Amino acid sequence: MNNNTSLLPHLPVAHLLTQGTSGLGLLGSKCSQCGEMYFPATDSCTACCGSDLAPCDIGNQGRLWSWTVQAFMPKSPYNSGETEEAFQPYGVGYVQMPSGVKVESRLTTADPAELAIGMPMALCLVRYGQRVDGQPLQTFAFAPTIEIEGDL
Amino acid sequence: MEDIAIIGIGMHSFGRTDGLSGQAQGAFAVREALRDAGVKWEQVGVAYGGSQDAGNADALANHLGLTGIPFVNVANGCATGGSALASVVSAIRSGMAEIGLAVGFDKHPRGAFNPQPADWGLEDWYGETGLMLTTQFFALKTQRYLHEHGIAEESLVHVAQRAFRNGALTPHAWRRRELSFEEIAESMAVNLPLRKYMFCNPAEGGAALVLCRASQAHKYSDTPIIVRAAVMRTRHHGSFEVFSPGLAARQAPAPTVTASRAAYESAGVGPEDIDVIQLQDTDSGSELIHLAENGFCEHGEQGLLLRSGATDIAGRLPVNTDGGCLANGEPVGASGLRQVIEVCTQLRRQAGARQVPGAPRLGYTHVYGAPGVSAVTILEAP
Ligand SMILES: [Zn+2]
Repeated sequence: MNNNTSLLPHLPVAHLLTQGTSGLGLLGSKCSQCGEMYFPATDSCTACCGSDLAPCDIGNQGRLWSWTVQAFMPKSPYNSGETEEAFQPYGVGYVQMPSGVKVESRLTTADPAELAIGMPMALCLVRYGQRVDGQPLQTFAFAPTIEIEGDL
Repeated sequence: MEDIAIIGIGMHSFGRTDGLSGQAQGAFAVREALRDAGVKWEQVGVAYGGSQDAGNADALANHLGLTGIPFVNVANGCATGGSALASVVSAIRSGMAEIGLAVGFDKHPRGAFNPQPADWGLEDWYGETGLMLTTQFFALKTQRYLHEHGIAEESLVHVAQRAFRNGALTPHAWRRRELSFEEIAESMAVNLPLRKYMFCNPAEGGAALVLCRASQAHKYSDTPIIVRAAVMRTRHHGSFEVFSPGLAARQAPAPTVTASRAAYESAGVGPEDIDVIQLQDTDSGSELIHLAENGFCEHGEQGLLLRSGATDIAGRLPVNTDGGCLANGEPVGASGLRQVIEVCTQLRRQAGARQVPGAPRLGYTHVYGAPGVSAVTILEAP
């Protein structure tokens, strides 16, 4: 596991990601005292009050645990650069990862017909807007997927 | 433990009052509560209060008089009023003062709340990428809850319908128009499964209580309300709270559950003894969840309860008889005390067209909010 941010230039969420054996994954923490896992990475365990945590790979596949559609344009600090008129609704969900940790994330679809609790999801990067200088803004997201590795 | 009683209640109507500051609305509510108790401001020996967006409560002394009173500012979000009340009860019980005041007020900008990541210990990306919205959280929590407990989305409509029906009966409510099932069910999607009329709006207003020892209460009031419990609790590891980029693998009960249990234990009563109820209804989904978390039904029973009218004013479990947050809006600092005032009004049998029939003896109030706090009170009729 290697938190190789150089692979992901101009990505504000690069520090949340890790290059694991199965590709791009989410970087979290694991408590050395009680084993509780966290996303994003943290230096304190709210379960056992410990403060000795090590980086861990949260993975890149999971199942949709809950979802909604963001139908109105959020106020600042949302920075997609869209106008109210051009705003495109986006899906938001929690994805349950193999460890049981649920990760909040944008979803690649905002169509309720394409979303169902329990469906397999895979990590990806999406463009969600652009900066004033025209550079794309990217973040992590989850996309519905057919195949899923192992039994989650 | 010595009983403490509410001897005065006062409100500045919730809604929008242009040209009047949040603090002025708070001071108005205090004067109303003092008048109700027949007490002068100079007689009040301790005060706790707060607002989220309208400044410090102790600035109310500039309106009410600079008497040197120990005035403590409370900042506990939605639990501000509940925390203030619990603190005043403890202060009077300790002998610190004979008469105490709890006050909450607020004046929020229009539109959704606009939190900043750093204030919540979060990084900028969380807000910048569009994940930091309270409405989103309520929707995600509701969606999961409906799924886990097999509740139909129509229950969300029924909650809102009852709120506006009760609001229409409440002279001081902000939203006084009944809405049909279709109007609610077909209103604009905000964050599915929650729609426009299933959310309360940020608002303005003030609410205040005057309290003293129950043994002294009849000097001031013919209808003192005994505070049987006033409890505030915060979250445990594993509870599903707002602004969480990740949730723990293991799940724990919400702070509502721990606050509720502590309140029942302190009062020596159970949910089956309660005659009139106020539950936090920032949105229809939250009220649905809170019905079970406070012990008024099993998880999953809400659909039937709502359909059968059990939560209506004349039902077995009258909930949010004044229309709750949905019909009154939510001035965060004042909202919890608005609940207490409505229950006091019901227990005094002064609620007019929205009066719970019979002689309600025990009332219950519940708030819940960010970042995982809950306050519960149990109140008893004179
Ligand atoms: Zn630990």
